[in-house]
Amino acid sequence: MSNTHAAFVRTEQVPPSPPPANAAGPVKWAKDNLFSTPFYSVLTIVALYVIYLILGNTLPWILNGVWGTSSLAECREVLDGVSAGCFSVLTERWNQLLFGFKYPADQYWRPALTFLLFFAAAAPVLFYKLPRKLLLFTAIFPFLAYYLIWGGTILTPILALVGTVVGYLVYQRLVSGSFAAGFFGGIAAAFVVWIIGGMLVPDNANEGAMLQAVPSRDLGGFMLNMMLGVACVSLSVPLGIALALGRQSDMPLIKWICVIFIEFIRGVPLITLLFVASVMLAYFFPPGTTTDLFLRVVIMITMFSAAYIAEVIRGGLAALPRGQYEAADSLGLDYPQAMRLIILPQALKISIPGIVNVAVGLFKDTTLVSVISMFDLLGMIRGPILASTEWNGVYWELLGFAALLFFVVCYGISQYSQWLERQLATDHR
Amino acid sequence: MKKSVFFGALTVAGLAAGVAAAGTLDDVKARGKLNCGVTTGLVGFAAPDANGEWNGFDVSVCRAVAAAVLGDASAVEFVPTTGKTRFTALASGEIDMLARNTTWTFSRDVDLKFTFVGVNYYDGQGFMVPKELGVSSAKDLDGATVCIQTGTTTELNLADFFRSNNISYEPVPIETNAEAQQQYLAGACDVYTTDASGLAATRATFEAPGDHVLLPEIISKEPLGPLVRHGDNEWGDVVRWTLNALITAEELGVTSANISEMAAGTNNPEINRLLGTEGTLGEMLGVDADWAMKAISAGGNYGEIFEKNIGESTPIGLARGLNAQWTDGGLIYSPPFR
Repeated sequence: MSNTHAAFVRTEQVPPSPPPANAAGPVKWAKDNLFSTPFYSVLTIVALYVIYLILGNTLPWILNGVWGTSSLAECREVLDGVSAGCFSVLTERWNQLLFGFKYPADQYWRPALTFLLFFAAAAPVLFYKLPRKLLLFTAIFPFLAYYLIWGGTILTPILALVGTVVGYLVYQRLVSGSFAAGFFGGIAAAFVVWIIGGMLVPDNANEGAMLQAVPSRDLGGFMLNMMLGVACVSLSVPLGIALALGRQSDMPLIKWICVIFIEFIRGVPLITLLFVASVMLAYFFPPGTTTDLFLRVVIMITMFSAAYIAEVIRGGLAALPRGQYEAADSLGLDYPQAMRLIILPQALKISIPGIVNVAVGLFKDTTLVSVISMFDLLGMIRGPILASTEWNGVYWELLGFAALLFFVVCYGISQYSQWLERQLATDHR
Repeated sequence: MKKSVFFGALTVAGLAAGVAAAGTLDDVKARGKLNCGVTTGLVGFAAPDANGEWNGFDVSVCRAVAAAVLGDASAVEFVPTTGKTRFTALASGEIDMLARNTTWTFSRDVDLKFTFVGVNYYDGQGFMVPKELGVSSAKDLDGATVCIQTGTTTELNLADFFRSNNISYEPVPIETNAEAQQQYLAGACDVYTTDASGLAATRATFEAPGDHVLLPEIISKEPLGPLVRHGDNEWGDVVRWTLNALITAEELGVTSANISEMAAGTNNPEINRLLGTEGTLGEMLGVDADWAMKAISAGGNYGEIFEKNIGESTPIGLARGLNAQWTDGGLIYSPPFR
């Protein structure tokens, strides 16, 4: 009973009292970060005033905006002199902004469904922790997407799929002998299937098809930007890897082909290539025939971005220490194995920021197709919508909307790449 | 991957088409569709509406030709072209005719080898100024700042006009019409100059169009008309006389309202020849006897098309001016149907 004559001894700890109000919470934060010195205080106040000026003018413009009128003149009547946005154009021309003005209205579900499926197809590629079996869907997706968007006979995508599968099987069979034999054998086998199959598909197969055929010329709006962006990025990354490896090759022919290709494409503005695609190629074909314009543009943009990606990846390859190559050699790996298992995984990891940079730039460059009279989002705005008697003169609302759409996509890409870099960081920083 | 399927099919199709190159008229009939080049969008002249239907002054010419040749005003594939792609699209055969507010000039006719089949709109470069400036004539514009699109003939015309009148100006170069609109409204320039039809369309989009006036001076000639390739005169004739039929119909008082009545026969022989109840004009042209009737029914006669798309009842509000019939003091004149 020793504690009876020591009653003042505490049996428990004094609960910590809260810090003084000026040493915690938002007040302290503001004091530390915004008003730490007189100079910073002045800067903070000036910045707040500028923010107030900007928001004070734009927020009422946005919040008082008019929705639901059918022309700019009506908007102005409703606004009655108040300065505010006329957002009715977005609702009235919503479908045109997304799908272009010629895609059949009752078929909008097809590109919309493709858009949703795109996420399912992209997920296993983007998130490597997902089950690998999902990649099967990714492999089918290009053919499915083609069928959904263009419609027409199902024979075309099936034929393309069969050709690809045959090519892959031939590759599997021959690759154990030599990589080159497998690679070129696979491509040759695929072409044989496509050419023979192409003769078997009847000319009028598109008539009475389950999904109405939609020609490329009828595609438009943000859908076109997305399609061009996705197709060109996914095609140009493998092509860029091949070009980067080719440029480092010891074989002079391959090396020089790659060097000339890369240097030529990088030395020419994209818009020139697009004009060649849309205008000049028509002269090379017999009169009355046109190659699919969408295809021509995809080829040109892919070539363009592949050249840039090749240089980015070459930078990644150059950053690897020589020891990595020698280690691969000492393990007895041949060239394709060394590249696939040791060099490229490291080089690509280093190149991620650069590749994403090119991809974001490419996605925004797809708006350039509006100068060759394809109606992408910007083409729709600058052409048909601003040229209609109802909406001529609505600039801020439309271009702001376009900027918002592009920002969402590009910011998403950039956030993903940062996440990926963190995931792949194996060094100890 | 699937590209090669396209390529294979295209090569085969290309070879087949190369063998069967015939006159454009036969091509159009065989195809069942007219490929007509238009702008990617110009207020009043060509633009698709909310349903994707093309409408406008130039579009009506396409529709009239399609109606004359194929009997169906909707059998047109509109191929949007930009100022840069329009001529190659026509020269390469991608389109059968171009109706894209294109100015008829010597070099386009002779050097680029196109045939302008006529003029459907007489345009010219004009000036727009704010009313509060109190200017009533372009000759009062000494020392004014002028918004002008760079790299166009309007720039040269402007320099010529000011020099010949011995007055000075300060150019504010701008790139597009949209930019010009913003600059002009923001007061960056006193005057905006471009084609008069463009000025009227631009003014129509202002919040207070009445505060701006178009000056009476027109300082250049811009005859706009449909064109076809050199070397296929039969097809050129079809387009030319379809346009003339629209003009003649207005002159003779044939409208889309009374045309079915008049097609039964009138006591004016020229109307009868035009509408095919008399003579064999259609046969000479290689189309049906009632071709002109179909063309006029498609969108009305020239005057009706003008009124509906760019006339004074529309927001654009262009007066007929030079584009009145010659009988009313304008320049619109068609050779006789005989």
